[in-house]
Amino acid sequence: MPKTLTKSLTPAGTLYRGREGQWSWVAHRITGVVIFFFLLVHVLDTSLVRVSPEAYDAVIASYKNPIMGLGELGLVAAIVFHAFNGIRVILVDFWKKGPKYHRQMLWSVIGLWAVVMIAFSIRHLSHVFGG
Amino acid sequence: MATPTIESPRSGRVSPGYSRTPGSRGNFEMVAWLFMRLSGAILVVLIFVHLYVNLVAGDGISGIDFGFVAGKWADPVWQIWDLTLLWLSMLHGTNGIRVIINDYAEKNSTRMWLKGVLYTSTVVIVVLGTLVIFTFDPCPVIDGVAHVADYCPAP
Ligand code: HEM
Repeated sequence: MPKTLTKSLTPAGTLYRGREGQWSWVAHRITGVVIFFFLLVHVLDTSLVRVSPEAYDAVIASYKNPIMGLGELGLVAAIVFHAFNGIRVILVDFWKKGPKYHRQMLWSVIGLWAVVMIAFSIRHLSHVFGG
Repeated sequence: MATPTIESPRSGRVSPGYSRTPGSRGNFEMVAWLFMRLSGAILVVLIFVHLYVNLVAGDGISGIDFGFVAGKWADPVWQIWDLTLLWLSMLHGTNGIRVIINDYAEKNSTRMWLKGVLYTSTVVIVVLGTLVIFTFDPCPVIDGVAHVADYCPAP
């Protein structure tokens, strides 16, 4: 066979197999981007405290409705996942047994995330819908 | 058919075919990688306290208004807290988006434009946020009218 690289010599399949490792990476990436864009808006609206108390209170009042309330819940869900999974990534990189337990750690991340989100949802939604 | 072997990603030299910017960039990428992990670990603490104090404690989100912010920033601890949160999360987020741009934008010019927009937004937001924290006045006088609140001196 000639020593030229042909299509037949490219590796079969792909390095990634769409299992826990890859899906958690996709989720980490998406949540990271979502949080970043929220952060830009968050700094801008908070800056209104420097314009006038009325300007800030007017914008905050416009957020106090069920749609924004659910959006806030979604943002907290994204941040809590990114935070817990970020710790998992750090452990995979720096802890000797990290790579071995990365899958179990992902399930712990999801479990912890669910507990935190249930507790937070009760608190937050009672403010949003309870007036 | 012989199965080609894939070099270990840690084998050092990056095959030129995979390098979009030929030539050495020092160890910037390694420092950036380390920074993502260091800042991430600190951000967990900064963000969870931020969310707890603003959304869970007291009246939760219903309690947020100008007076709430003024009350927090009357304390230098919260000023420094929020300042650190602003800088670390913006640098962490900006570097994260930079990596994502490098991953998906294949054309040199597209990457340059996207990163230009990214870095400009970062500078604007970080400078604006920093100025707001340090020049904030809880009792502003606007057009000769003093803000009325129980923590402000009577006009
Ligand atoms: C809550 C604490 C946080 C932790 C523990 C954390 C952890 C991490 C880690 C370890 C990475 C690196 C992943 C890698 O190199 O493969 C990362 C990536 C990233 N983070 Fe965070 N992060 C946190 C908060 C944030 C915040 C507040 C933002 C937005 C401003 C953000 C946006 C991003 C983005 C955009 C990426 C790049 C994702 C990618 O390359 O796929 N993170 N995070």
